[in-house]
Amino acid sequence: MMEELERYLRMDRFPHMWCPGCGNGIVLGCMLRAIKKLDLDQDRTVIVGGIGCSSRAVGYLDFNTLHTTHGRALAYATGIKLARPELNVIVVSGDGDSTAIGGNHFIHAARRNIDLTLVLFNNSIYGMTGGQYSPLTPVGKKATTAPYGTIEPGFDASELARAAGATFVGRGTTYHTELLANLIVEGIQNKGFSLVEAITACPTAFGRRNKMKGGTEMLLWQKENAVHINRAGRLSPEELDGKIVIGELHRREAPEYTELYDKLILNVQQETQSASIKTMKVE
Amino acid sequence: MSRVVELARLMQGNEAAAEGALAAGVRFFAGYPITPSTEVAEIMAERLPRLGGKFIQMEDEIASMAAIIGASLTGVKSLTATSGPGFSLMQENIGFAAMAEVPCVIVNVQRSGPSTGMPTAPAQGDVMQARWGTHGDHPVIALCPSSVREAYDLAIRSVNLAEKYRMPVILLMDEVIGHLRERVVLPLPDEIEIINRREPQEAPADYYAYRADETGVPPMANFGTGYRYHVTGLAHDEKGNPTNDPARAEGLLLRLHDKLNLNLDDILIEDSRSLDDAEVVVLAYGATARPARQAVKEARQQNIKAGLYRPLTLWPFPTASVDRLARQARTIIVPEMNLGQYRIEVERVVRGRANVVGVNRVNGELIAPGEILQAILEVV
Repeated sequence: MMEELERYLRMDRFPHMWCPGCGNGIVLGCMLRAIKKLDLDQDRTVIVGGIGCSSRAVGYLDFNTLHTTHGRALAYATGIKLARPELNVIVVSGDGDSTAIGGNHFIHAARRNIDLTLVLFNNSIYGMTGGQYSPLTPVGKKATTAPYGTIEPGFDASELARAAGATFVGRGTTYHTELLANLIVEGIQNKGFSLVEAITACPTAFGRRNKMKGGTEMLLWQKENAVHINRAGRLSPEELDGKIVIGELHRREAPEYTELYDKLILNVQQETQSASIKTMKVE
Repeated sequence: MSRVVELARLMQGNEAAAEGALAAGVRFFAGYPITPSTEVAEIMAERLPRLGGKFIQMEDEIASMAAIIGASLTGVKSLTATSGPGFSLMQENIGFAAMAEVPCVIVNVQRSGPSTGMPTAPAQGDVMQARWGTHGDHPVIALCPSSVREAYDLAIRSVNLAEKYRMPVILLMDEVIGHLRERVVLPLPDEIEIINRREPQEAPADYYAYRADETGVPPMANFGTGYRYHVTGLAHDEKGNPTNDPARAEGLLLRLHDKLNLNLDDILIEDSRSLDDAEVVVLAYGATARPARQAVKEARQQNIKAGLYRPLTLWPFPTASVDRLARQARTIIVPEMNLGQYRIEVERVVRGRANVVGVNRVNGELIAPGEILQAILEVV
């Protein structure tokens, strides 16, 4: 399988920069399997990242790749997609990147329903800067900037995307790789804004401080605490407390932004044409 | 009816900037409403779809700047327009465009600041922000018009320079020029020089996205054309891949500056009036150049050897020209709607060889010709 995916990688960029036990490579692997399954044209696919550990994934990928400023990946991607709707545009971003500094772009990309797929690597922490709490750090968890445990309630990124207007929302984990890869396939196929939230482990900056020592332990935590959406409906809120609901969480039909804009162009150009024909007749 | 009469029209400065950008081939605009630049966005929203282009109102100026960089990477000439507070928000991504060498144009219609200031009142308080607004040593081009026709011409020139040198170019207007209405005769389409970015000739496998030839400017492959490469704001090697290698990082930064240093003759444009024998030179730009011209005219009527020097390229600084003025003039008067931002630069180059005097206003009002004339009379 690895060999089949090598065509999508800049092999000369390895070894990668991620720590032992980090789940980012697993998410990246799922993403590449999804790209392979869909047989996306490598020359017509753009992958955009923000700033942070996860966003560094774009540097390893052999596509047109864009490593942007902190939080702004979706705004850059919006420009790319609107200018050239024929390109596939996938965005890679972390929890801090897309829900703190980039929160505004996140809700507005979802609201527009522009055809972007955001793969959100949720490791519950700012890893690259050494472990500060993010809006997705669960309340009570420790971070370098929350040495006594964070008192801030976290976001539910998937719920946020749904409320803002996303037409596809899915959540997977780095333990449930087949599900995660399939969700990314669904997200890319959805003509509109898609969020695929990938729960991933950061043993170095998050696990160590929160009684989860290594990557394996954190993967097992994902296994034990993830509840598939099909089963979640049968559980009480108490039973779901502290659990992660995974699977396809939301889907709805809505017009896609760049298609609407292309229609708008067609309409105003036709109006201009018929107006000029009328003027000619009068003359 | 003569061609001139036929083509003459009443036009606003902001409208001229928008139309100039369209004439230069801009087909993408992302922006956020802000006084006194909003007309540019409004005109783009109406005109772009008719031309098959795209307009988007983003959620803020940070996103606007990001979106035009994204669009430009796909090969579409891109523009945004803003004013002081929005210009501040754009700075980080302007630095990205400089570092990653992405052509784009930012119209900044300056208003009175700092902070929210007086949103409908003019100022020239962003002169230094245009130069140093984003962090790090970065190259920048900023052009500054003094009339409606010039807003049109310099908008075209901004787009051309952005494409030619692969960098952000700032069209630094002010509220006076932005909202001024004048009779203009625009050039015909075939009279307009249009420059497009140079694209690679080699095969994708042989392409180094950031390897420059003697011009200092690497050819640019647009996204989606088969040239797969990495674009980042990190220090990068010739392939575009991140590097911490000191020699490579420094080489990149020096080359970014060389793009300007090697091409100053092409980038610097200026205008002057009765400068030949001038002993008192008024150095003025933007709206302030208009009362300055009037003051010089009135001084000449009083047989005072006064002249006007007007840089249209504010950045990079016209060092050679100001050096000439320093050797020629006894006094250089710099009127500005700020507390002397450009005067500091003039003094830096003059180095005491001439007397440098400021005429400054920060009350939201344009400087009157009489104030500049008064300054001239005081030094002769």
